[in-house]
Amino acid sequence: MSNVPEDRKYTKSHEWVRALADGDVEIGITDHAQHALGDLVFVEVPEVGRTLKAGEACAVVESVKAASDVYAPLAGEVTAGNPKLAQEPETVNAAPYGEGWLMRLKPAPGALASAALLSAADYQKVLDAEGD
Amino acid sequence: MAFIPHTEADVAAMLAAIGVERIEDLFDEIPPRLRVNSLGGVPEELNEMQVGRLMSERARADGTMLSFIGAGAYEHHIPAAVWAIATRGEFYSAYTPYQAEASQGTLQLIYEFQSMITQLTAMEVANASLYDGASATAEAALMAVRANRKSKSARILVPTTLHPHYRKVALAMASNQGLRFEELPYSAAEGIITPESLARYDGEDITALLIPQPNFFGRLEEVDALTDWAHAHQALAIAVVNPTSLALLKPPGEWGARGADIAVGEGQPLGVPLSSGGPYFGFMAAKLEHVRQMPGRIVGRTLDVAGREGFTLTLQAREQHIRRAKATSNICTNQGLAVTAATIYLSLMGPQGLERTAAAAHARTRELVSALTRVPGVRLAFAGPYFHEAVLQLDRPAATVLEALAHDGILGGLDLSGYYPELGNALLVCATETKTAADLERYRSALSEALQAARAA
Repeated sequence: MSNVPEDRKYTKSHEWVRALADGDVEIGITDHAQHALGDLVFVEVPEVGRTLKAGEACAVVESVKAASDVYAPLAGEVTAGNPKLAQEPETVNAAPYGEGWLMRLKPAPGALASAALLSAADYQKVLDAEGD
Repeated sequence: MAFIPHTEADVAAMLAAIGVERIEDLFDEIPPRLRVNSLGGVPEELNEMQVGRLMSERARADGTMLSFIGAGAYEHHIPAAVWAIATRGEFYSAYTPYQAEASQGTLQLIYEFQSMITQLTAMEVANASLYDGASATAEAALMAVRANRKSKSARILVPTTLHPHYRKVALAMASNQGLRFEELPYSAAEGIITPESLARYDGEDITALLIPQPNFFGRLEEVDALTDWAHAHQALAIAVVNPTSLALLKPPGEWGARGADIAVGEGQPLGVPLSSGGPYFGFMAAKLEHVRQMPGRIVGRTLDVAGREGFTLTLQAREQHIRRAKATSNICTNQGLAVTAATIYLSLMGPQGLERTAAAAHARTRELVSALTRVPGVRLAFAGPYFHEAVLQLDRPAATVLEALAHDGILGGLDLSGYYPELGNALLVCATETKTAADLERYRSALSEALQAARAA
């Protein structure tokens, strides 16, 4: 059984979104994604202040065998990039749902409600269909 | 014979397997009107003996000219050992091998080349080479746009003292990728970019400033001030340098308070002969923080499972076979043979040899300028220091003078009137360590006669 916490939403492209107390959302990649990529050697997070459209490529995660884009699950403005990842990209492997978060966004008005996000159960179905 | 390993029987079997009769049938979806059946202007084939004879006749017609042309390609002495070693079978390929790690010798050579380029430029990382100095400059501009995340404008400031061909190539390669090149005028008195002329860009979003050193006129730019200006405006500083000159001049990594961000240049002066424009090779070095935006291949040193030293292609996630359309460039092969020659050249010369070469070229050019400017009607166009080239102004059209010199077996320099019409009868001249005092005197005397003849005409 995969590690898919119930406290957040997911995308089919293996990002997670977690609502924060201040109205921003935190975004990262799932345990499945970090496992599929393997040991990460480089993570590029977007700059603070950048405005993202839903589905826009906004970060890059690079492992010893592949480099993948991370897509914005919803529209918004970047309020933080995880500063730890520049020096310690392996944090994403160790704690994809915690210390290995990638960025924080202030959602555009209505963006959170209208974003096509999956519940933990639905994301689990996506993984099952992929043969996880 | 055709160098195709398939026998007629092989071909017939393959065609039968896919159900066509002739190889031509594979192309039948291309309409006849789009097919080129004969190439106009391309002569009939010649065999090897005929080609050899034609080429030696052409070479005789050219003669052996005494050349004072530089303008981006420089005649230097190449020790005989350079090409004797470079053309050994183990090295004789232009490519990085497809199974790169199976060719440890090739990878080690590229690693040594990269190390030498970082030492010459005082930068932290270098790649395995690019096509030539012009395309390396374009790649540096593209790289700067990726690396400078503070800038959104993709505006690159390009001094008109940068080689005119480099400017054209950069425009051709990068303008359709959204880059905007804005040309900076040079000081008419000094032939360099003055930091004051940049004042009109204060407060604007500039992605990078290209800084040629020495510039196309041979003049030394105020690289410290220009680099600091770029950094003060959140722009990257891109050095476009002559590798020989770096044995004498301050390397890009030490320009200004923080050093240039990217350094590129034409590698031809390092052991590659002048040859109808190529093949030459480009080099590129950068600060480590920008390495993931660097185009091309990079060889790294590592340890194998048994702890033995080995070499491997590294940071390949930048490259097209992994990153596809988002690769930092579509360069994967490089000018491996020319790089091999350069690595051997630099090994043989050593830092002191290269410094002596650079110093001799500079000294010969000073002597040349001093001799030629004693000829009535000739003066130096720009005041200030130069490396191994200088612009002369003549009182008669350069083209006329060059034609007369050519009759005397002398290539007298590059006529600048097509590139810089505002300079009038301007001639770019160069002398390297290959020229003797007698060569310089021969040029002076021929120039004097050519100008007198032009005045009399």
